[in-house]
Amino acid sequence: MIRIVETIARKGDWIRISNTVLEPHQRAEHLPEDTKKCPLTMWVKGFLLDEEAKINDTVTIRTYIGRELQGTLVAINPSYQHTYGAYVPELSYIGHQLRDILGGDHHE
Amino acid sequence: MNRDNSYAGVMARKNQIMKHAVGMDYAEFEKDGIVFDYEEMMRKTGYSLDQVRAIERNGNVGETPIYALKNLTKLARIIGGKGKGARIFLKDEAANPSGSFKARRAAVSVYHAKKLGYKGVIAATSGNYGAAVASQAAMQGLKCIIIQECYDSEEKGQPEIIEKARKCEAYGAEVIQLTVGPELFYTFLKTLEDTGYFNASLYTPFGIAGVETLGYEIATWFREHESRDPDMVIVTNAGGGNLTGTARGLLKAGAKDTTIVGASVDLKGLHMASDGQFNRKSFTTGHTGFGVPFATNPDRSDVPRSAARPLRYMDRYVTVSQGEVFYMTEALAMVEGLERGPAGNTAITAAFCLASQMDDDQMIVVQETEYTGAGKHVAAQLTFAKENGIRVERGNPIDQIPGKNIILPEHPSLIQVKELEMDRLRKSYLKHVWKETFTDEEIKYIAAETKMTIETVHNMIHALQQEGGV
Repeated sequence: MIRIVETIARKGDWIRISNTVLEPHQRAEHLPEDTKKCPLTMWVKGFLLDEEAKINDTVTIRTYIGRELQGTLVAINPSYQHTYGAYVPELSYIGHQLRDILGGDHHE
Repeated sequence: MNRDNSYAGVMARKNQIMKHAVGMDYAEFEKDGIVFDYEEMMRKTGYSLDQVRAIERNGNVGETPIYALKNLTKLARIIGGKGKGARIFLKDEAANPSGSFKARRAAVSVYHAKKLGYKGVIAATSGNYGAAVASQAAMQGLKCIIIQECYDSEEKGQPEIIEKARKCEAYGAEVIQLTVGPELFYTFLKTLEDTGYFNASLYTPFGIAGVETLGYEIATWFREHESRDPDMVIVTNAGGGNLTGTARGLLKAGAKDTTIVGASVDLKGLHMASDGQFNRKSFTTGHTGFGVPFATNPDRSDVPRSAARPLRYMDRYVTVSQGEVFYMTEALAMVEGLERGPAGNTAITAAFCLASQMDDDQMIVVQETEYTGAGKHVAAQLTFAKENGIRVERGNPIDQIPGKNIILPEHPSLIQVKELEMDRLRKSYLKHVWKETFTDEEIKYIAAETKMTIETVHNMIHALQQEGGV
């Protein structure tokens, strides 16, 4: 996989920012304990409006639909990294099992 | 502008923000006491079936194919024994532009927003609906913001939710991703207020009217191809809109004798707002964590009155386990040649079990599928489960404990639905609207809301009073 990790973002670059929406003490009541002790954090992507910035700088972006938002720069040219996962051997019996039950020429 | 943007400040402006963002006044349909004129709301603010069909056709939505699943039917007959095994049919909603039935809801909502002159639409959803709204907004030329609950506090997110964010961004939407917590609603309100965009809620009359075509298409297809209505239609149930819309569409087509069954994945024991448990479930929708609370208290949604009221239409409600759905997803691919996303296969899992118990001259329809791909795939989801300490094993699904293990059934005959007692759900509904005394109008309303006779409502109220009220 080709991954180019940029460290400096320039005006117009597509970046990802992060923000704290609510600190733990500002959060709603009646949350489970584990949730209550975490801040509510948000992420959003857009084009950098500042001339230049590096990771962890506070920056302003214009989102794809044109809204201006501020936050901490966390990624430059952010890409999707989710995959089909690993091979799951636990699933491998299912197809054969069903084809056996249905018989060799199960296609009607 | 000096707006109070604290949590309490924004929440206090909720009604005002919503009124502007939905463009309708729900007070018009509020009657005496708990009574609310649901049908009047659907008539006055929704669109006729023909209008919805035209809107959807214009958005390339609907008229999806129906397949007879011959091999799964054969399997259900082998398992069910002599004379058993209803024919199983599948409505392939993955064929919609955004890959799920949600395109139907989105098409009408986005059309309506545009008609009212809104510049953009916002939806709060982790799911397929976000992709659907983004897709329709791209098609109809509106701006779109999707707000999703995406990560735990360690910034770890389920591959399925991340895939859905990707899809929304592919359609040019701005995606606001949040950590776990119900205050997503706070961010939603603040963004509605900041932008003045339309609330493309899943629960407005437009959204529900959009699903009516699904039920209507099923009824007309069966009349044309099988010369009669199906015996049973089974719907994956989360917020209740899919079930409500489909059932209303079937009724509008005159299919009054078709049994409507809701199906959810059983996630009992997992708290929906827990940071630690967020990534211990494989199904981000279509599970009991949404299905039961929304059925028994429909107005807990993001509009004052939800148009999704599943108890009005549901005849049966069954659950299946995560492992059973993964097994059936693999089965659908391996013997029917249809690779579809796991969450959308909840209903087919239940349908397979129910078909084996029904007579072989009966017909059962699974009314939805969803697209699959990286992130929304059995392997991606099971890999993620293992990474989060969930045991994936082969055995009897009856031993499954949500959040601890996922059990792939040793044999297809072990796929068994669990019945949720309808009267318990109805009783729970009644407890939500409970008061000292009910007027005759209120009793009539409760009867319509819960699909009970007036006499049964009286009996249930009496029984609850005997138990000491609520």
